[in-house]
Amino acid sequence: MDDKLIVGGREFGSRFFLGTGKFGDKEAMRKAIVSSGSQLVTVALRRIDLDETDENILSFIPDGTTIMVNTSGARNAAEAVRIAHIAREAGYGDWIKIEVISDSRYLLPDNQETIKATRILSGEGFVVLPYMHPDLYVAKALVDAGAAAVMPLGSLIGSNQGLKMRTLIEVLIEEIVEVPIVVDAGIGRPSQAAEAMEMGADAVLANTAVADAEDPPLMAAAFARGVEAGRMAYLAKMGKERKEAAASSPLTGFLYDE
Amino acid sequence: MMSKSLRGIDLVHLTIDDIRRIFTVDDRGFLEEMAHAARELTRRQFGRTISLFAPLYIANYCENECVYCGFHASQKGMPRSKLTMEQIDKECAALAATGNRSVLILTGESRFHSSPQYIRDAVRIASRYFSYVALEVYPLEEDEYRELYLAGVDGVTLYQETYDRARYDELHLAGPKKVYDYRISTPDRIARSGIRHITLGALLGLTDWRKDVVALFEHVRSLERKYPGVEFGLAFPRLRRVADDIHQYQEVSDRDMLKIITAARLFFPRVGISMSTRELPQFRDRIIEFGVTKMSAGSSTRVGGYLEGEKKYEDGQFEVFDPRSFDEVKAMLRSRGFDPVVTDWRNIVNS
Repeated sequence: MDDKLIVGGREFGSRFFLGTGKFGDKEAMRKAIVSSGSQLVTVALRRIDLDETDENILSFIPDGTTIMVNTSGARNAAEAVRIAHIAREAGYGDWIKIEVISDSRYLLPDNQETIKATRILSGEGFVVLPYMHPDLYVAKALVDAGAAAVMPLGSLIGSNQGLKMRTLIEVLIEEIVEVPIVVDAGIGRPSQAAEAMEMGADAVLANTAVADAEDPPLMAAAFARGVEAGRMAYLAKMGKERKEAAASSPLTGFLYDE
Repeated sequence: MMSKSLRGIDLVHLTIDDIRRIFTVDDRGFLEEMAHAARELTRRQFGRTISLFAPLYIANYCENECVYCGFHASQKGMPRSKLTMEQIDKECAALAATGNRSVLILTGESRFHSSPQYIRDAVRIASRYFSYVALEVYPLEEDEYRELYLAGVDGVTLYQETYDRARYDELHLAGPKKVYDYRISTPDRIARSGIRHITLGALLGLTDWRKDVVALFEHVRSLERKYPGVEFGLAFPRLRRVADDIHQYQEVSDRDMLKIITAARLFFPRVGISMSTRELPQFRDRIIEFGVTKMSAGSSTRVGGYLEGEKKYEDGQFEVFDPRSFDEVKAMLRSRGFDPVVTDWRNIVNS
């Protein structure tokens, strides 16, 4: 089955993206990336220290994995842009996950500032994946601003609550056809990742649920399979859920009786 | 009359009234439940990581008379000093050579000896060695904080000491610190200046810790609502009992500390909690499970202490109870399943 995901002109065989924060040790993180088969991981610029070579988080990321630096810590568009510039100058590439958060209690993204940062950075040639609160007008504005994907939150970061934003994300999936929709944040279980993919999301990004598991590599593999199963179900075009039982002989069959 | 039972308290949606009740009732089973909930929440919010930092004393002149502090102005036996910029550079280099990338600069509270310009120049030097620079200095004006922010300050730590106004007056005999209102309004000035991290705390034991911790929580909660873009942190230093206690300090037990830290985590899911080297290793190593996100390691509380090395002195601001080196603390964290985080910030203002 040829079902590649294309983001920013790059092809991905896996639709599972992994965050690299919160792991109890970096070796477990490395194994989680490998066991999940994830080809795109996000790393906070604030966690990268090139002086400390034995500890440098980047040296635990397998070769061939696309690294998407995120702007964790940015409170407005200007700060996100500054972080992206530092990342590019330091040689971490052009892939940027924009996280603009000026609410330290709930970590909700600031959509307006996210649009601004997306416009500036995509204008400068970055591949920009903005993390956002699922709002149709904002998603359209992000596409106009040059986003390579739109990444709505499933629920609050780190909450493991799953798809609390389901209805709104469904609207984005239906209406935003220009770029992939990646469900980011709040996905606490493989079954929730599968649910997002069944809905038609193009990919899922998770971190906490994997890092927090007793066995992160095993959980990462479970997530990758959840994502795969959900994708296959979506492609297979599932039957709709019905409130009542549906007779397998159609009620209106008599109309067509010869 | 406060209810003696803690039944009905929902640990996921704690209110300040619940916390008052929790602090007044001693219920072992409930504390166990709190410990589980706090550990689970901390892992979810911060993962199995602990950030490391170290204090850097660049001066110890002080104009205040706080009866509980070894640095107070009239303390005759205390040698006073202040590092030159060149010495600060060397001291930063010595601390950075241990592997540390996060520093808390302290000066003692003397605006005369450690002027805002002196602090600013020190910050500029420290920014070259550390990815995160925080300050613990006397309260400043908003425009002064703004200038320090632009020079590279990422965070400020400030202790209100006690929220009991009468007790505060009693314990602070003289000096600018005597003005309670100026100190308590300081976090607002810091927040408005643009500085992104503010760590607050009370010195537990000056009065009934229950009242101080509840007041501290209320203070931080109201600041969170006013300044959602600021990341708040909490620290819970406690007074050690002294033999000739003429000031009627109150004991804060390890059990009380666990109650305070777990309550803080559950009430403030995202707030950072620091643990200082003033605590004993055996306590520090256990308490990190339940809400702590940051700890000092390889600390010296003496002016110029990192360059001088391992010598044992009696004239730090307080005794360091955890003498382990930076690398030893890192090894301890790894053995307990935590990833010691050395770099968790990159200044984007002055870089």
